[in-house]
Amino acid sequence: MSIEVKNLNVYIKDNHILKNINLTLPEKKITCIIGPSGCGKSTLLKTLNRLIDSVENVRVEGNVFVDGEDIINSNGYQVTELRRKIGLVNQRPCPLPMSIYANVAYGCRINNMYRGRKLHRVVCKNLEAVGLWNEVNGRLRTPAVRLSIGQQQRLCLARSLAVEPEYILADEATSALDPISAKKVEDLFMTLKDKYSIIMVTHTLRQAVRIADYVVFMYLGEIIEEGPADQIFNNPQQELTKNYLSGAFS
Amino acid sequence: MAKNKSKQYEEVIFKILMVISMVIVFGVVFSVIWTIVSKGYKAISWEMVSQLPGGGFYIGKEGGFLNAIVGSLYIVGASTVLGLIISIPVVFFLNVYLKKDSKLAYIARLAFDVLFGVPSIVYGAFGFTIMVFLGLRASLLGGIIVITLLIIPIFIRTMDEATREFPRDILDATYALGATKWETLKVVIRQIAPGIATATLLSIGRAIGDAAAVMFTAGYSDRIPTALSQQTATLPLSVFFQLSSPIPEVRNRAYAAALVLTIIVLILSILGRFFTNRFSKNKL
Amino acid sequence: MQTRRIFKDRLAKETMLVLTIVSILFVIVMGIGLYMKSAPILGEKSLWDLLSSSQWRPMKGEFGFLPFIVGTLWVTFIAIILAFPVSLLTAIFLTEYAKPIVKKCVFPALDILAALPSVIYGIWGTLVIVPVISEKLAPHFVEYSSGYTVLAAGMVLGVMILPLLVSLFIEVFSIVPLELREASWALGATRWQTTRKVVLRKTFAGIIASTVLAISRAFGETIAVLMVCGCMITIPNNIFESCYPIPALIANNYGEMLSMPLYESALMFAALILFVVVLVFNILSRIVLYRMEKKLN
Repeated sequence: MSIEVKNLNVYIKDNHILKNINLTLPEKKITCIIGPSGCGKSTLLKTLNRLIDSVENVRVEGNVFVDGEDIINSNGYQVTELRRKIGLVNQRPCPLPMSIYANVAYGCRINNMYRGRKLHRVVCKNLEAVGLWNEVNGRLRTPAVRLSIGQQQRLCLARSLAVEPEYILADEATSALDPISAKKVEDLFMTLKDKYSIIMVTHTLRQAVRIADYVVFMYLGEIIEEGPADQIFNNPQQELTKNYLSGAFS
Repeated sequence: MAKNKSKQYEEVIFKILMVISMVIVFGVVFSVIWTIVSKGYKAISWEMVSQLPGGGFYIGKEGGFLNAIVGSLYIVGASTVLGLIISIPVVFFLNVYLKKDSKLAYIARLAFDVLFGVPSIVYGAFGFTIMVFLGLRASLLGGIIVITLLIIPIFIRTMDEATREFPRDILDATYALGATKWETLKVVIRQIAPGIATATLLSIGRAIGDAAAVMFTAGYSDRIPTALSQQTATLPLSVFFQLSSPIPEVRNRAYAAALVLTIIVLILSILGRFFTNRFSKNKL
Repeated sequence: MQTRRIFKDRLAKETMLVLTIVSILFVIVMGIGLYMKSAPILGEKSLWDLLSSSQWRPMKGEFGFLPFIVGTLWVTFIAIILAFPVSLLTAIFLTEYAKPIVKKCVFPALDILAALPSVIYGIWGTLVIVPVISEKLAPHFVEYSSGYTVLAAGMVLGVMILPLLVSLFIEVFSIVPLELREASWALGATRWQTTRKVVLRKTFAGIIASTVLAISRAFGETIAVLMVCGCMITIPNNIFESCYPIPALIANNYGEMLSMPLYESALMFAALILFVVVLVFNILSRIVLYRMEKKLN
């Protein structure tokens, strides 16, 4: 169980967005990808679950191995199966146009995973796992958009967990939330890392310091430095990393 | 996970259905164009587009349908100019003078959308009642008035969409220089010039192809009108009337006229593509 | 100098305001005009009689609109049945599947379909559709059919409203934000699953509204339908019989009606029916579409 990126290059139109990325992501850890905006963090994340396909005029070269399978050259069944295996939590929560219950059940239904009572149990379990159960119990059939933003984000997390992923990608998952909700979501990630490998793009350095086990620093489409959190934060090797960490640019 | 493959089958089935739909669309386009071109190509001659109907025209003797071509051009030309003169101020008013969430603007847009949906036969019938009311008879003027009314909604909707998209900052910049709203008109017009061009092409296309509205109001004539009060022929009506003839020569002329009409419309359509690369909702 | 500029601005504003209001009022004036013209016949017969009687003998003063109404409904129904699935699938293909290069090929084709005049479709219908129906299709079902039938009119009309439907659907689908689709894809949904469960669900009201708009367009289409419908004043029993929709009635009898005031009034009443139906359908569906656009922006 691992994600390995080899010589990955991504172009959108004539722009070279990701330049020769080589990366092995550790298992059952929180990996934080940091770097100034526009450095390609989100593109890298989108490449891992092939959502990059929906970008127009995109060209991807190189390989990404997920559990030993090259996902860049796979198609059809393999892509949907890949996406099931890799959960995604976006910056802005994005509840589907259906009820709270149906949102969580959605993934199981489209993947033919569970039905009936079993499905119900899965939905409840995952709502509990993200701490929503007590808040929404009794109004499971109301539209998900009526929840607060913070609740929506946790709902999206529950939705991802319901399809039993192995990895979770989080793209600045807390930046659109109020501080209290952000804290809740952040704590959730801490509890989830025993079971899942989490790859998180974050803009806030302090968040990375708080939760990261492994850190990747990117700048203008390249990986400048990577390593265990301790090492990157306390003893960065590259000049750029030092400058970024000291707040010379952001 | 074998059972999970079923969703892939579903995907494939619907993809096939979509491809079939596309084939139908292209097939129909091809079939229509091919029908007109193959029929019209055999029938058309220089004489037809350069001469007026001669004696015995409607029993298959010589002559052409220049009367219809010129009649259509008169109506289309005049109503396009009138349409532009009326619609530009309305679009400008909706977008510059009124606020974004103005009730009046909402109602106006709704009204134009509704007018756009009113069938041309109803325009024809209504135009006819107005003409009777004013004591007019079927004439070039009547045709021009009705076609103008018919294309104003197209003008306004297309230009309105183009104007709504253009950046407000430019307006603010001109205000900051002390310009009144009226004086920004020039800036706005320059900005939405492509929109105006598209709107004009669309309107011409609709105006030249419309038969139901002019049937009541412009009448029909074998001569080129020399005054606004005279009746005039139009291309679509010329096609329509000649096609109902039992004589093959006359019907052939209808096909030739149809070919001319189709070519004009195709050119307009291609030119329209040139101005916008979008598939605008106002295309229709 | 300054006052003149301000004055000019105000003058322009007032003029444009008047122009705008006049054009809004035009909708109402149109309705009133048609109503006044159809008042004579409405004074003579009850509305119900006019709509439910199937006797149409203008010379004897009998005006029953039922055959025309039924004809219009039949033709419109066939057109929608044929055009709806094709245009829905085409629109889905173009918004959810097609690469930009494919779109560049398809849009001009739809442009052409939208731009071709009614009379051209009429010719196409008479030369292609009518023979196919009378020679190939109808013999399987009925003994004889001229080809100038409900089905022919419905097919031609279906083709004519196709580009309208496609563009309305595309407009509606494009309001759905990409993130919503991505959320679904990220859970392992295929494109079709995402379309069906997220996009179509989210735009359901818009799809209905668009279809209603297309129906109202089909109602009023005149020349092409007139050329292939057969124009027989009967209530069609099946789709292989001729029919006589309302717009064809108006267009065909213009001229001969002038001598009889009641006849003219009857035709204006037919136009009024079309106007009212189109007006109601348009207002309702446009309001739905506006609302969707606003909500999702």
